[in-house]
Amino acid sequence: MAIARTSRIKSAGAAQSPLLGAAMFAPAVLYILALIGAPFLLAIFYAFSDARIGSTELHFVGFENFRSILHSPSFRQAVQNSIVFTVCAQAIVIVCSLTLSTALEQPFRGRGLVRFLILLPWVAPVSLGTIGWKWILDSIYSVITWVLVYFHFFTPFNTPMWLGEPHLAMASVICVHCWRLIPFSTVVMLAGRSAIPREIPEAAAIDGAGFWRTLFRIRIPMMLPIINVAVLFGTIFTFTDMTVVYILTAGGPFDSTQTLPSLAFATGVQGSDLAAGAAISLFLVPVLILVAYFMLRVAHRAEVT
Amino acid sequence: MNRGLLRKIGARVAHVLVLFVFVVLLAFPFYWMVVATFKQNLDLYKMDNNPFLFNLPPTLDNLRLLFNETRFVLWLWNTALVGVIVVGITLLLAVPAAYALTRLTGKWGERLGIVIFLTYLVPPTLLFIPLSRVVAILGLQDTLWALVVVYPTFTIPFSIWLLMAFFKSIPKELEDAAMVDGLSRFQAFVKMVIPISISGILTVVIFTFTLVIQEFVYALTFISPESKQMVGVGIPIFLVRGDVYFWGSLMAACLIASLPIAFLYNLFLDRFIAGFTVGAVK
Repeated sequence: MAIARTSRIKSAGAAQSPLLGAAMFAPAVLYILALIGAPFLLAIFYAFSDARIGSTELHFVGFENFRSILHSPSFRQAVQNSIVFTVCAQAIVIVCSLTLSTALEQPFRGRGLVRFLILLPWVAPVSLGTIGWKWILDSIYSVITWVLVYFHFFTPFNTPMWLGEPHLAMASVICVHCWRLIPFSTVVMLAGRSAIPREIPEAAAIDGAGFWRTLFRIRIPMMLPIINVAVLFGTIFTFTDMTVVYILTAGGPFDSTQTLPSLAFATGVQGSDLAAGAAISLFLVPVLILVAYFMLRVAHRAEVT
Repeated sequence: MNRGLLRKIGARVAHVLVLFVFVVLLAFPFYWMVVATFKQNLDLYKMDNNPFLFNLPPTLDNLRLLFNETRFVLWLWNTALVGVIVVGITLLLAVPAAYALTRLTGKWGERLGIVIFLTYLVPPTLLFIPLSRVVAILGLQDTLWALVVVYPTFTIPFSIWLLMAFFKSIPKELEDAAMVDGLSRFQAFVKMVIPISISGILTVVIFTFTLVIQEFVYALTFISPESKQMVGVGIPIFLVRGDVYFWGSLMAACLIASLPIAFLYNLFLDRFIAGFTVGAVK
């Protein structure tokens, strides 16, 4: 009797209920199909049409939108900027967050407070943090300018316009992206570090490997999967973001900080040209597919090993 | 003094220095918001003054202006309202889905889970143009309902992912025992699994709420009237009159809207990060 009962328990646990399961995940899947899947297809459809805000007529125009976009200097500038911003920001973020996560690894007094302060840029709403930067980089009252003038790097009559000159504006946008991503990347790496057995770097140190040697030969290779994760998410967060650019410079001066997302917004929403806006935003897709591919590889490798 | 000791001191100094530099760089904008919040305008806009000091006594005028003469409080209310409803929708759809994908559908349920997670990578900047048409067709332009409908597109995928990891850690024997006691599978889920998953569900609540507050692109695209704004858009766009920035009040608003959410997020951060690190950390 007892045996029969345990075997019944086992079968109850092992039994999957595909029907009940389908009923339980169907609402979420339908929602995702309706509001992510369908709009994605609609974006592709718009890109081949002449859809405009306020007009109900719609014609199929083939590759016309893509042709005119590819010839527009603003678009070329935006592609270039998007790549420059993403690559520069990721490079700086990786170096900084590797350093910072090393410093945060060992427990010390006040670590909780330090962690909270370091995380602020990531956990506060991005549009509000960026407005803070807009004040710091103000053309007249910038605190950075004040300090530089105070130490006589500039005269008060010839101060840098942080957001008003193309190269400075680009550097400012990159800095704000880095500022926002370093905390995220740091905590991701901290999570990865805790998975590395401490004995290995220690053993290497005892065997006489110096700091840099241990860093490049042992620590970084062992952290590679987690660095990949940080870079993949960081790439998405920078490449598809328009908030930082929109608030800091609105793409200016002269399109010098325009990115693909901000150009899509300026064209599709502010300029009422839905079709061209949709076509521009579709250029985000190759990068998304690439990131998704590498993400799946990371996940798959973890599954196999 | 021997070399080992010197080396130790050097490492210690480098450690403190690295932390100090990063804390200053990363937290400075928020410190600067505090300073601007309590400064008198005469002090704020005088270029000869040392900006790090209070050259005139601190004031509450900026806060008074913010609360009495702007729609700031209304924006906070709008944000809280949308946040609560979106949290409700997210839980209602994501909790059963995550459970079904971990427990009821076997291997391909897990694969579907990964696909759902990947939809989290589809950014608002790709979907805002078609979704603006969807919102228009539903007749929801310029209402908060537009955001209520659209926001779950990014809260549901990540919540399902977080919850799947959570449900996996619950021993199967728990439901088995409940089912032996005569409960159906679904009843076992509602009466046994949900109560012990409260901390996972709470993580999803906080995560969803912070995402709603942080969102910018959809709120900017779908809603134009000043009275219907969320804080994330209202502050940077509508606290500016023409070309005039009221920096004192602006910084006060940023600070008030950021700090509570930053604090909450910080408490749950390790769990979100566990979601991001997918399979790279075991």
